[in-house]
Amino acid sequence: MKHIAIGIMGAAAVGFMVSTASADTLSDVKAKGFVQCGVNTGLAGFSAPNDKGEWTGIDVDFCRAVAAAIFGDGTKVKFTGLSAKDRFTALQSGEVDILSRNTTWTINRDTALGLNFAGVTYYDGQGFMINAKKLPGVNSALQLSGAAVCVQSGTTTELNLADYFKANKMEYNPVVFEKFEEANAAYDAGRCDAYTTDQSGLYAVRLQMKSPDDHVVLPEIISKEPLGPSVRQGDDKWFDIVKWTYYALLNAEEAGVTQANVEEMKNSDNPDIRRLLGTESETKIGTDLGLDNDWVVNIVKAVGNYGEIFERNVGSGSPMKISRGINALWTKGGLQYGMPIR
Amino acid sequence: MAQDVIPEEAARGSLIYDPKVRGIVFQVMLMALLALGLWWIVGNTIENLNRSNIATGFGFLKGRAGFDIADRLIEYDSDSSYARALLVGILNTLAVAISGIITATIIGFLVGIGRLSRNWLIRKLATVYVEIFRNIPPLLVILFWYQGVLALLPSVRDSLALPFGSYLNNRGFYFPQIIWGDQAWLVLAGLVIGAVLSWYVARRARARQMATGQQFPVFWTSVTLIIGLPVLAFVLTGFPATVEYPQKGTFNLTGGMNVKPEFLSLYLALSFYTASFIAEIVRAGIIGVPKGQTEAYSALGLSSRQGLRLVVIPQAMRIIIPPLTSQYLNLTKNSSLAVAIGYPDLYAIGGTILNQTGQAIEVVVIFMIVYLGISILTSLFMNWFNAKMALKER
Repeated sequence: MKHIAIGIMGAAAVGFMVSTASADTLSDVKAKGFVQCGVNTGLAGFSAPNDKGEWTGIDVDFCRAVAAAIFGDGTKVKFTGLSAKDRFTALQSGEVDILSRNTTWTINRDTALGLNFAGVTYYDGQGFMINAKKLPGVNSALQLSGAAVCVQSGTTTELNLADYFKANKMEYNPVVFEKFEEANAAYDAGRCDAYTTDQSGLYAVRLQMKSPDDHVVLPEIISKEPLGPSVRQGDDKWFDIVKWTYYALLNAEEAGVTQANVEEMKNSDNPDIRRLLGTESETKIGTDLGLDNDWVVNIVKAVGNYGEIFERNVGSGSPMKISRGINALWTKGGLQYGMPIR
Repeated sequence: MAQDVIPEEAARGSLIYDPKVRGIVFQVMLMALLALGLWWIVGNTIENLNRSNIATGFGFLKGRAGFDIADRLIEYDSDSSYARALLVGILNTLAVAISGIITATIIGFLVGIGRLSRNWLIRKLATVYVEIFRNIPPLLVILFWYQGVLALLPSVRDSLALPFGSYLNNRGFYFPQIIWGDQAWLVLAGLVIGAVLSWYVARRARARQMATGQQFPVFWTSVTLIIGLPVLAFVLTGFPATVEYPQKGTFNLTGGMNVKPEFLSLYLALSFYTASFIAEIVRAGIIGVPKGQTEAYSALGLSSRQGLRLVVIPQAMRIIIPPLTSQYLNLTKNSSLAVAIGYPDLYAIGGTILNQTGQAIEVVVIFMIVYLGISILTSLFMNWFNAKMALKER
């Protein structure tokens, strides 16, 4: 009986230690020496290991940017691959510091799930892909009545799918998988007629099919999917750092600061750029965030500006060749708008 | 028990040395510690959830689910509540568990008896079967059926046509559906009456055999009653049924009944996997009956079939049932591996709800309660069955 009592007290002590984990994420991150970042287990262009085994993608680069802002070194980040189902629990429980996993910003996640979204790193929308070779007559999602549709469970995609077919009074047969890879494999094996996820995801999945040219993405976009990084509620300082890392990436692109020219830009005469790069005299912008004053320089040196991240991972520098579209800067007719760093 | 052997005198001393008092004090202390620990864990959880602004409570179950489920035994659409979605999941879990248990038991008994067969080929085949399925993790068996067998079937357009208007393709097994007419309830009534009559005949025949030693062909009488009465009702009411055959639609076969490959692969995998364990249990049970029993029934003049049925099996059952219960529980719990192939069982649907609502703790509590409930019910039933089969000493 003594042993049991000691066991209980031991368990209680361990539990107590967990609960006293502080709400100051920045100090925790600095103490452990790296940022723990939750990413997708494998979505080309957003977060997937490349042939050298390194993580690449927009979501991955965003985490590197945060690490660079804090440590001046974009490699001080560790990645945790998360399924759609595990992602929020991992963030809520403190297993990861940032969730950067092509996650749609919705009111439910912002309120009931206790998250804070730092911004929209990719404006996406849900679409459908079909095998045009097997279904030659189909060129619109409205012709999909009666189709079997492969979808990943626990996503906004699954809900939009139900709403879309209901609104258009069409029947369908959902085939729901927990993991992205399982859904891909089932679609490729012909278990479903159509595959649905965010359009960027469809282009990525298409490249993984046995014969990518057989598959076409249908024109309809059935939802708004603003994808972005999120953090836990209750730590405004950490939220600020993640949010302003995002704006810094946008402002760097707008000011024309790139990975290649960031050092010479430090000597620019333009006061906006000097302020952005922390070379203004007596500046407190970086220290007010709890970072160094050259935080933006570190970010751009590590991953480049937003435009460079986009082109490298999903744009012209990648096999996916997605155009900027609504993800262009506001000055070029897009939606990406960096709040002023001032 | 320990207190009983301690002499009375010891208890007369100081209270500290009274074993009874000491026992009670320690147990109260332990209970208090347990309660304190539980109270602390619950309080800590609630406080942390509140601090992170995460909604709590089971109120979310009334909300609109918003997602669709393809495999379902009851009415459900995206406007139904989360609670109903969970119910769909529970029923799917039960469906695959019950059908799996029945099939696994049948295969298990056949293979188990096969391993004791005097025929070399049957014996070796049964051994190979047991050794293969017993030594592969259940998840692999499921994936083997899903990706290795059912996914390789032809596509919808080239469906394999089977007898009676049924089809097999990589979307599952399609077969004609019988649509019953107005007076069809009479057929069901015939079935029920047949079953009740058979039970009564069996009882009377037994009583008569006990009293007079005369036997009555109970089996064939029952078959005639149970099959004959519904068929008679069917003919007399003028065949009140039509058959709907699966037809080729734009994408899939429509009409008729459809068993999806997700269910099929899970059901087959769980049945074949668990059957390998049941086969070993059955073999052990039969070997466990002493050889003297076989000699005894021969000496009484019973045929080997009668002896097996009346002497060996009843005694073997006493050995078989307790480990069999564990296998049934394992099968039920293994059904949660459905999530790997997209069969919407309780675990898969609960996981979706967990993700849509973020109510991790509540959903996990529901998981535990439901699986615990199913397991306890199975155990209770098997314990009752075990008591019924136990050796009755008169």
